[in-house]
Amino acid sequence: MNVSFILIILLFGAFATWFVGDKWAARAALIFSSAAFAATCYILYRFNVVVDPKAVASPELKLGLTKLWLNSPRVGFIFRADGMSLSMTLLTTALTPIIVYSSFGNLFPKTRAFYALIMFMAFAMVGTFLSGDGFLYYIFWELSLIPIYFIALLWGNGDAEKRKKAVVKFFIYTFAGSLFMLGAFIYLYQKGGSFLDTALYSLHLSPKEEMWIFLAFFLAYAIKIPIIPFHTWQANVYQKAPAAGTMLLSGIMLKMALFSIIKWQLPIAPHFAAEYKYIFVGLCIAGVIYGSVLALKQTNLKKLLAYSSLAHVGLVAAGAYTLTLDGFRGAFLQMMAHGFVVVGLFFAAEVIERRLGTQKIAEMGGIRIQTPKFASMFMILVLASVALPGTFNFVGEFELLYSLAQCNIWFAIVGGTTIILGAFYMLRMFQQVMLGEQKRVFADVTISEGVVFVLIIAVLLFLGLYPKPLVDFITPQLKEILSFINRLN
Amino acid sequence: MEILIAIAALGIICLIAEIFNLRKAIVPVTIIGLIAVFGYTVVRAVNVGKDVIGGLAIDGTKYFNMVIADKYALAFSSLFILLTIFLVALSPDFHKNHKPKLSDFVAIKLFLLTGAIALVTFGNLSMFFLGIEILSIALYVLAASEPKNVKSNEAGMKYFLMGAFASGFILFGIALIYGATGSFDVAAIQQAAVAGTPKWFAIGFVMLTIGLLFKIAAVPFHLWAPDVYEGSPALTTATMSTLAKVAAMAAFFKLAYSLNPVLSGGYITTINIVAILSMIVGNLVALKQTNVKRMLAFSGISHAGYMLLVFQLTSLTSAQANLFYYAAAYSIAGIAAFAVVLSVCGGKGNQEIYNFNGLGKTNPLLAGVLTCSLLSMAGIPIFAGFFGKFFMFSQVLQKGIGATSAQGLTTAIVLIVFAIISSIISVGYYFKLIIAMYSKEPAGDKQEAVPFAYRAVAVIAIVLNLAIGFYPDLVLSLIRRTMLIEQLFLK
Repeated sequence: MNVSFILIILLFGAFATWFVGDKWAARAALIFSSAAFAATCYILYRFNVVVDPKAVASPELKLGLTKLWLNSPRVGFIFRADGMSLSMTLLTTALTPIIVYSSFGNLFPKTRAFYALIMFMAFAMVGTFLSGDGFLYYIFWELSLIPIYFIALLWGNGDAEKRKKAVVKFFIYTFAGSLFMLGAFIYLYQKGGSFLDTALYSLHLSPKEEMWIFLAFFLAYAIKIPIIPFHTWQANVYQKAPAAGTMLLSGIMLKMALFSIIKWQLPIAPHFAAEYKYIFVGLCIAGVIYGSVLALKQTNLKKLLAYSSLAHVGLVAAGAYTLTLDGFRGAFLQMMAHGFVVVGLFFAAEVIERRLGTQKIAEMGGIRIQTPKFASMFMILVLASVALPGTFNFVGEFELLYSLAQCNIWFAIVGGTTIILGAFYMLRMFQQVMLGEQKRVFADVTISEGVVFVLIIAVLLFLGLYPKPLVDFITPQLKEILSFINRLN
Repeated sequence: MEILIAIAALGIICLIAEIFNLRKAIVPVTIIGLIAVFGYTVVRAVNVGKDVIGGLAIDGTKYFNMVIADKYALAFSSLFILLTIFLVALSPDFHKNHKPKLSDFVAIKLFLLTGAIALVTFGNLSMFFLGIEILSIALYVLAASEPKNVKSNEAGMKYFLMGAFASGFILFGIALIYGATGSFDVAAIQQAAVAGTPKWFAIGFVMLTIGLLFKIAAVPFHLWAPDVYEGSPALTTATMSTLAKVAAMAAFFKLAYSLNPVLSGGYITTINIVAILSMIVGNLVALKQTNVKRMLAFSGISHAGYMLLVFQLTSLTSAQANLFYYAAAYSIAGIAAFAVVLSVCGGKGNQEIYNFNGLGKTNPLLAGVLTCSLLSMAGIPIFAGFFGKFFMFSQVLQKGIGATSAQGLTTAIVLIVFAIISSIISVGYYFKLIIAMYSKEPAGDKQEAVPFAYRAVAVIAIVLNLAIGFYPDLVLSLIRRTMLIEQLFLK
């Protein structure tokens, strides 16, 4: 059994979900996504436990997959089983059942298509994380765009015309970015004769080439993350997409770009990255401030969460661009933490919207009196989001700020203020949404909704108190990447 | 040559069958016959250079070099035959109101196919001219094949006038080349061209180029295309935008490199500019269209632009393979798209986008097929269109990186950037159609049942498209490896 098994389960699950029909689609999706999660856990177990002490092959080789696909250009089905890719796969396969389960409360038209698209999207995203071949990686990267486009277009909320505009803008933006990345990959292939990640790392590019390659990658990732000034698609799409779509986008999909910065962009063009790191870290920090300031002014709950997400991922990207081990590690930890928190928060927004039918903060309030359980769970998520010590987010955010301090103390200071800003707008939001006089009747959370919150909170608290296994798991490979980056040409 | 004869004979059989009142047998017999010829062509294409089929010499240079059946020619021939099978399969339902004419329509398509095959197998300029005329005249007739429809008449007339001018250019070009080299034979012309020719050889060459750029509807010779595409009956539009366009493009590339293997820098630059203009203008104007046929016409113009990128080559073999792959991906996706357009707009007088509203609800299968074919044309991975673009881009960048001067690299990057920008623009209108299908409400009038043939063609074409996306080697094996043309002309 190797990592491709996860992909097969997810792809098969997508088709199965489609074919079992509307009635059973949701349950089929839940079963198959959970199976994928179980498979991931099993592979992680095999990865960490040496099953056969006499085995020569390292776990990377044993659990990975290398098969030739196309002869010319030389492209292989190359899937890596290493710390980076497996941790992100774990994030995806852990969140997918949660996202599927969280949609049980909604009644969608064309149910089977909806769940099949979610499964297909999970498949494409896992593929992106696992690919060790640039061409294969690009194919998965693009494949993930189609399901989210349809999910946001067909099951989104709000005015149909405005939604179409937002979604098409999103598609064209990201498609544009990725095409430039494709150009960069083709250039690298023509230069080195291989799409293999390790082969691309060891290419000798001239400074000018490195610059263009770096910028082409940057365009693709900056649009996806998003980093200002490429963020204009984000808030609208997050607001207009259905809850599951927003969760997929913010919880997993944008991590594809953050992951790719560390996996592809920095090791391929390290010298340019090192020379101009202040510019890119600065740009990301600017995004952090910008997101926080805009979040202060929002009156729409989903938009507020979207801008706060913009600020958080800006910090992650900044950490990655510092080119330090702490930055990378912080980025990975924060990616996972942010994935869980943001899914939880958007789900909370969805729970409120299901009952009150609005996203406007002004129309909410007085929820805590009626459902103290929900309010407490929401509170924990809010606190995790502002990186309270003891939650998983604190670990990541701390490492990120530490790496910024290694880069330049002012970055850390400016970046650190966002925690204060974040605490301010998140707590104010909590106050307005949850506290106050009872305005409208608010039914208690159902069991299935409660399960989702409890699962997310359990993960956040557990890893907040004991992040060591995860840290140990990803550190060796991040060190390896860093040695590629710091090589003397 | 036996392929040409077989197909022409099949056409004549169609006409005779009508006399003997065997109308029902026409389409099945034609399709079976074409499938047989297709199989034969594929086997020959794979085995070029090897003498495998019972003593038949497969070097192809027979008939005084009139026909050269090398890999390039055979691979493209098999693609044309495949496209014709689809087009013939669509015919009976499309012409169900003109049953007596069915034999004519099918026969004309078969003659058109002979023209297309002659266009890629020629070894002599007279054969080339015959091919292009057979192809064009068949298309003039098909364009005007709805005599009671003013638009169809307009389309036929326009196409005929403009096409006649283009043929004039081509003929004049051939005459000048004959004057310069004293031969119609391609190999002889090439030898003379390498040895040095008088100035009017170049003039003749450029006139040939202009005529062929007209046929493939590249900017600035594209002005006829939208009107003709819109006015012609939908099935004819499908033929023009897939079979005819691809055939002309294949002929153009073969002609350019077989007459003059060392194209001058200025010529290549001109082709590059035409390619960029075609990509950008085609896609920009397509954004504004509300008629699906017109939209696909402009999209076809931009695809011609992408195909023209093939002139940036480092090795003729791989360039031919890339062009073939792109042509196959584009035309098969086009057939699938047109099969859906035919089934949606067949009963209606127009092809406006609103006809597609809500197709995702009323007929999910066709909507899915159209979505896939549009995604393929837009170049989204796993569909063949993506690999087509990928191969083209690779080729351009390979040329740029291998270039000795910095200018070569700059040219390559400029071309790629324009190609990327125009791909992004194209998403705008492809998605307009997708959005109409999925997020708008159906018009309410009852949908007619879609004929089986339309559905079958649509599904088979899109499955083929996906299959060659998964296994590009499926198509490339027809054309890769050493080719006669390579041995003949690149020494």
